[in-house]
Amino acid sequence: MHCHPRDFDSLDRGLIDIYQRGLPVCTRPFLSVAERLGTSETEVIARLERLHSLDVLSRVGPVFDHARAGASLLAAVAVPEETRDAFAALINAAPGVNHNYAREGLAREQGYNLWFVMTAPDEPELEARLDALEAHLGVPILRLPMLEGYHIDLSFPIPWAELECT
Amino acid sequence: MSVSTSLSRPAPNSDVHNRDAQQRDDRGLDAADRAIVLATQTGLPLVPDPWSAVGREVGMSGEEVLERMRAMQARGVIRRVAAVPNHYRLGYVANGMTVWDVDDAQIARLGREVAAIEGVSHCYRRPRHLPHWPYNLFAMLHGRSRDEVERQAAALRERLGEACRDHRILYSSRILKKTGLRLAGARPGTASTATEGRG
Repeated sequence: MHCHPRDFDSLDRGLIDIYQRGLPVCTRPFLSVAERLGTSETEVIARLERLHSLDVLSRVGPVFDHARAGASLLAAVAVPEETRDAFAALINAAPGVNHNYAREGLAREQGYNLWFVMTAPDEPELEARLDALEAHLGVPILRLPMLEGYHIDLSFPIPWAELECT
Repeated sequence: MSVSTSLSRPAPNSDVHNRDAQQRDDRGLDAADRAIVLATQTGLPLVPDPWSAVGREVGMSGEEVLERMRAMQARGVIRRVAAVPNHYRLGYVANGMTVWDVDDAQIARLGREVAAIEGVSHCYRRPRHLPHWPYNLFAMLHGRSRDEVERQAAALRERLGEACRDHRILYSSRILKKTGLRLAGARPGTASTATEGRG
């Protein structure tokens, strides 16, 4: 299910802890990382490849601000539990849907149990896609665009020592 | 935008350029940027000079790719170029989307405070849709168990105090689709092939 922290030595941990905050955007980024961590470029690349193949790193690359790199919106629908998966299949097949989670925990009268992210190259296309999907599904789509983001530090400190005890 | 509209008599072709420039203003991306985004959104090639590798794919020099990456970062289109951890694989198996009904007059200050609480990965203000959807603040919580997420939510509740009228924690019971591909939708008809069921 998940990896154990003991499989990752201090170099692995350093790579994750330091570089989840950002790699140097320079001609030889992995050489620059290697110099800082006191190892070779080849070793850094090999470590990143291993961490990626174990899916401990989902990727090494740019993190886009989607509000500026296109249009996207969090959306939800309330559908009967017994037909939920059929609705989910329709949603997943719609162009622009890139996340879709079944979620529980709302009061019955609210009932939104499928939560997805709709994306499009621009706002008019986003609206058009949502309108088309709404007509296709036959249920209203709750549209929740981001109005303001409050998060500043996007990294997430990993408590390695604590994890080792679990 | 005002500059391009003030050009009263454009020469042939400059119309196209004006449109391109305006498109870049609206979205922060021109065609070459978009090609780079498409080529890198699932990750950079892990080679000594990743920019040249990307450049070969999109028909640019490595220098131009690097320059455009830097420019997109400076404009805020790219937040950072990073090693992106998959917390789930490290044991963060519980994620709770918490939704809060918070006093509009205090939400900007409280949103920033809540975003700084441990375990919060995203924190956004979103519109209410009354009467059925009263929640205007969203905070995504990550923990190793639902108990841990409950404790984080309790910390948020305490911080919000009387400004919060109601809240809910929505746990994901199933991931029905998850892909980092954002601009794939620019090519209609390709999105369904990216569908991945899990669980």
